[in-house]
Amino acid sequence: MRRIISILMENEPGALSRVVGLFSQRNYNIDSLTVAPTEDQSLSRLTLITSGDEARIEQITKHLNRIIDVVKLVDLTGGAHIERELMLIKLKATGARRAEVLRTVEIFRGQVVDQTDSTYSIQLTGTSEKLDGFLAAISDCKVLEVARTGVTGISRGTKVLAI
Amino acid sequence: MTGERTEQAELLSGGEMLIRALRDEGVKIIFGYPGGAVLHIYDAIFHQDHVEHILVRHEQAATHAADGYARATGKAGVVLVTSGPGATNAITGIATAYMDSVPLVVISGQVESRMVGTDAFQETDMVGISRPIVKHSFIARNAAEIPLLVKKAFHIATTGRPGPVVIDIPKDTTDPRVKAPYVYPSEISMRSYSAPEKGHPGQIRKAVDALLHAKRPMLYSGGGVIQGNAAEAVTRLARLLGYPITNTLMGLGGFPASDPQFVGMLGMHGTYEANMAMHYCDVLLCAGARFDDRVTNSDVKKFCPDATVVHIDIDPASISKTVTADIPIVGAVASVFEDMIAEIERSKAKPDADTLKIWWDQINRWREKDSLRIPEPENGLIKPQQVVKLVHEMTGGDAYVSSDVGQHQMFAAQYYGFDRPRRWINSGGLGTMGFGLPAAMGAQFAFPDAVSVCITGEGSFLMNMQEFATCMQYQLPIKVICLNNQALGMVKQWQDMQYGGRYSHSTYAESLPDFVKLTESFGHVGIRISRPEELRDKLTECFALKDRLVFVDVLVDPDEHVYPMAIKGGAMKDMILSKTERT
Ligand SMILES: Cc1ncc(C[n+]2csc(CCOP(=O)(O)OP(=O)(O)O)c2C)c(N)n1
Ligand SMILES: [Mg+2]
Repeated sequence: MRRIISILMENEPGALSRVVGLFSQRNYNIDSLTVAPTEDQSLSRLTLITSGDEARIEQITKHLNRIIDVVKLVDLTGGAHIERELMLIKLKATGARRAEVLRTVEIFRGQVVDQTDSTYSIQLTGTSEKLDGFLAAISDCKVLEVARTGVTGISRGTKVLAI
Repeated sequence: MTGERTEQAELLSGGEMLIRALRDEGVKIIFGYPGGAVLHIYDAIFHQDHVEHILVRHEQAATHAADGYARATGKAGVVLVTSGPGATNAITGIATAYMDSVPLVVISGQVESRMVGTDAFQETDMVGISRPIVKHSFIARNAAEIPLLVKKAFHIATTGRPGPVVIDIPKDTTDPRVKAPYVYPSEISMRSYSAPEKGHPGQIRKAVDALLHAKRPMLYSGGGVIQGNAAEAVTRLARLLGYPITNTLMGLGGFPASDPQFVGMLGMHGTYEANMAMHYCDVLLCAGARFDDRVTNSDVKKFCPDATVVHIDIDPASISKTVTADIPIVGAVASVFEDMIAEIERSKAKPDADTLKIWWDQINRWREKDSLRIPEPENGLIKPQQVVKLVHEMTGGDAYVSSDVGQHQMFAAQYYGFDRPRRWINSGGLGTMGFGLPAAMGAQFAFPDAVSVCITGEGSFLMNMQEFATCMQYQLPIKVICLNNQALGMVKQWQDMQYGGRYSHSTYAESLPDFVKLTESFGHVGIRISRPEELRDKLTECFALKDRLVFVDVLVDPDEHVYPMAIKGGAMKDMILSKTERT
């Protein structure tokens, strides 16, 4: 099962490598990972996507909690939540293709952020599924480059991950 | 964190702060080896006499000695090593402590901050290299933060599930010319770290209920009971219930081996009755143990098929890691046991005496197999098991006994019969050959008047024998009992059993040193025993030399195997009992 785990950790050197190290050490997989400081400069927030059955996820969260730099964590997939990923994509578009691409971008509520005679650079945000959907929709075009941030997320309602 | 006011604080250099902080933490002794990156610190050591520094002969031995000290006392062991090779030499010792949850604070020197990352002379990324084998690690950024790092390191190392903590100290932060006000925090709290204490009352009630209604109960206690100072509480609980109890290799001494309720060690080389009782029990109370594969015999599906499992551990991650707990209890074992005892005393239910008798009758029938009976000596050769029994007798069963890894280790565990916690000092998790001698040094430093024995094998001994020089320098009267089978006996046993007796690189009889002369060359006493008739007299001679280190080279039957032995891939009831008998 796909899980989104959000972690608040001390903004200390080495904290990130402890989290990442845990996954390779214990043979857990990471599908994506994002990390940045929070409004509180002493904390950073890390969101990662992993997968596994119930027992495995329980082990992962227990081991994450054991890391001294980890202050708090939540499995966002355990409740209603919002998840977003940002994708920048550069593709080749010439002639009649150009209009077609623009239409698709509009349908997916993307933005063209740069262009040349033969290329478009497009920005798109949404769930990973939506980004995958866009890639499928423009599969006729030649994709030159894709840069995705990985997922970040937040709980719905009043629930917060904070200290 | 609360600290004294800084106005009148004394000005100290980082090196001085480090040593002063150790002193303020109550540290009496540290084990180390100097080098360029830690010379400022060594100079600070030179100027004081509150913290004694023990100069070992190899950094691996420094960590094992500190580890032995920690296991014998329950306090954190402290290590000081230089950067680069000093730090990497310490790694095996840190991993050993990590696997057995031993509190260590390891201080490693580092090149100057401005040089870090340049592949400077003797630079190594100690925090990176040690990351998977430490509970936590720190890098000092300046002198002023050293006291706080020391405070945090001891707090983390000794609370919760204990473990090693590394403090990496770049040389510039200990510069004697740079002074800062010294304040040692009296208390510490960390928002990201707290150790669980009390167990959940509801879970405790459930566990007690399951235990009181068990038909075939079994208590299984591990190293956590020793580390958590819970041996006394476990013993009271076991006696209150009258249930059978087994200890893991790490848990020996958690319950007195001489008590009739003790069914022996369990697991790969556990007794027949302990493993049978495990397999057939209907309620299993596991305390401070982690269902290691050397216990469960790798196929967990076959493990204790009928049992409701109660698992008490201070580390939530240990619970349901390999064997799913039906009643998990997170908490300090001692506290949970106190609460369980109170709950049992309050509860109206009592274990049913008749049902319990049926179970004990069954266990006693298993006992009749006498799975630890010592085979008759053949061809005038000494049986290693006999030696351990005699060592027990001559030390009144109350010595600090360290060991290495191999057959001799299992014989020590099976035949010494530990009645008290912290007497058995052994690398169970990592299985580090070379651990025994330096660990015995740590125990002897902790208890100078006690008897510190190292039961070793000639292979393991050769891995850290340079420490004989340290033992001479500090006049440590350790008794080293070497069960010399002229081979890597445990490897050879597996080759006998699984590789058709093809001894690939497990024998070296023709190139062993003369251990008696070797010992004498270090200034110690060496004794050789080669015939069963001499065993008692010569061991008596050894233990009579109270203020000397004695190395006893006992030539034992080279073909002896350790039994019982779990049958690979089987259940706990599946064992090989001797060269000719299996279950
Ligand atoms: C550092 C290290 N290397 C290798 C091993 C693998 N090993 C386990 S037991 C053993 C043989 C030990 O020989 P010895 O110390 O003579 O003990 P014996 O089994 O003969 O009693 C070996 C090589 C180990 N445990 N530790
Ligand atoms: Mg040997």
